[in-house]
Amino acid sequence: MSARLLWLLAVLFAFPAMAQDRLPPAPYAYQQLADPAQEAQAKALMETLRCLVCQGQSIADSDAPLAGDMRHEVRSKIAAGESPDAIRTWLIARYGNWVSYDPPFDAATALLWLGPLLFLALGGWLAFGRFRRGTDEEGGEA
Amino acid sequence: MRSRWVLFVPLAIMGLLFGAFVYRLVTPNDTLIRSQWIDKPMPLFDLPPATAGIEGLKSSQLADGRPRLVNVFASWCIPCRAEAPQLEALKAAGVPIDGIAIRDRPEDVAAFLRENGNPFDRIGADMQSSVQIALGSSGVPETFLIDGKGIIREQIQGVILAENVPEIVARLEAMK
Repeated sequence: MSARLLWLLAVLFAFPAMAQDRLPPAPYAYQQLADPAQEAQAKALMETLRCLVCQGQSIADSDAPLAGDMRHEVRSKIAAGESPDAIRTWLIARYGNWVSYDPPFDAATALLWLGPLLFLALGGWLAFGRFRRGTDEEGGEA
Repeated sequence: MRSRWVLFVPLAIMGLLFGAFVYRLVTPNDTLIRSQWIDKPMPLFDLPPATAGIEGLKSSQLADGRPRLVNVFASWCIPCRAEAPQLEALKAAGVPIDGIAIRDRPEDVAAFLRENGNPFDRIGADMQSSVQIALGSSGVPETFLIDGKGIIREQIQGVILAENVPEIVARLEAMK
């Protein structure tokens, strides 16, 4: 019974990164970089990184403390001269493609990227069949 | 007579969709984000002590030949309290345990240890979650199994339960 209770606790509270820690946010969580060009790079990157706590939001949008710490991490690395691509790669090595809103093209995402082309081809094929039948019928009547 | 069965195609599609929705309702999506930083060396870090009287934690200290646990916790994390007895049991079984305290204050860590006991040999203060992020950890509590060479072998997300204790001891034993 206690095990079940613990499971319940674990499920309810397993990832309470939104629980109240009492530290102020990390310096670069809510503060822009002094260099506007670097800040623009950081912002563009943060908008395509996914928050681990509020899983539908980017870290640029989330107020979760862990998202703030990730923004601090991103801005610190940009300020240290790292490229946005290198930072994304660094995070993907830790959290998997899940953390990026810019999915790579690989076996798992092939359908995602090629899907629109497939549907376009299917639609074209259907439309082509329709048109041809239409002209055939007209031709038949004539 | 092809048109006869073609009429049922929309119904079949609806049925498939309905089945898919019911399936997702019954078995909710797994929202755990597992660390990909497994079978890799501990990221380099040097964390200051999280509270007075207990040593801080350096990554170089995690490769001393003894397999161990690194527990990512916080005093503000309620399930971490539920996990404390299991960490005590692991310590009693001879498992070395180090801690990383996430976004915590020294006095809060001290109070947490007073109330829940201290199974930790060392506790590093990770004030801006930087080591947590470098570990690919996405919450508290999480526990990493480290072999004697400082390689991360496994990640446990959420509370360690009493029934998990013997298995964890056995896995660390197997890494010796």
